[in-house]
Amino acid sequence: MMGLLRNSNTYVWLALVAATVLSFVLAEDIAASRLATSAIVVVAMFKVRLVFLHFMELREAPGPWRWIFEAWTLLVLALLLGAYWFSGS
Amino acid sequence: MSDVSASREVHKSKRLAGDEGVWFFITADVAMFAVFFAVFMDGRSRSLELFEQSRRMLDPTIGLVNTLILLTSSWFMAMAVHDLRHQNRAGLLRNLWLCVGVGSLFAFSKGFEYSQKFAHGISLRTNEFFSYYFIFTGIHFLHFVIGVIAIGICLFTVRRNELNSRTTRLVESVGCYWHMVDMLWIVLFAMIYLLRAA
Repeated sequence: MMGLLRNSNTYVWLALVAATVLSFVLAEDIAASRLATSAIVVVAMFKVRLVFLHFMELREAPGPWRWIFEAWTLLVLALLLGAYWFSGS
Repeated sequence: MSDVSASREVHKSKRLAGDEGVWFFITADVAMFAVFFAVFMDGRSRSLELFEQSRRMLDPTIGLVNTLILLTSSWFMAMAVHDLRHQNRAGLLRNLWLCVGVGSLFAFSKGFEYSQKFAHGISLRTNEFFSYYFIFTGIHFLHFVIGVIAIGICLFTVRRNELNSRTTRLVESVGCYWHMVDMLWIVLFAMIYLLRAA
């Protein structure tokens, strides 16, 4: 048990679970609004970045590899938010 | 230590987990999924009302459960890699079993969700939204099945071999692939289940 608490992977997992529950609450319990839905997208891409950098260890990877996936995260964020806002939501 | 040599030390410690070939595959795969996301969002922008009505026919609680299953399985995989690096064979095997055990619940949950849709007469041909829903989550599910098989190969290899550079590369590579499966679901969950029209 103490081993789990000493391991940073456990804290990353807890952050991911908390962010997932937050997205769900934003989607289910808060009145539909562009900002709330945009927050869901931002939280999802924050989770993606956590998985890339910590679980997939890209924070330790040589520059080009890390930046390819950082760029992918930004691109998908822009794609989802751009399409959402410019489609009349 | 001078700044230049310190920078060289940092550069030397940079390391890609797993096999570089697997990373080329992961890069191609996430590029393909980015196209899927664009196709879905394009369809959504053209048929906003249809997509919103269809989205409301999904059960977001199942999507939430699926996400929590994959996140937890991913955590066990990360713990397995941690044990691998510390030459903890028992911990590595235990966490790989937990990873595949918890991960397998995704198959049951997804199977339940698909069967519910079919029971309500919803299929790939129902409308554009459900075509994308079945195709994209189906392709993701195929990735999941390949991941489960790959973790099975890791378990087989670790049980029968010493922990050496070969097993390390195998487990790290499969680990990165498995985390990618988790990561893709995070986006699919937000985009398909949670993105509601304002």
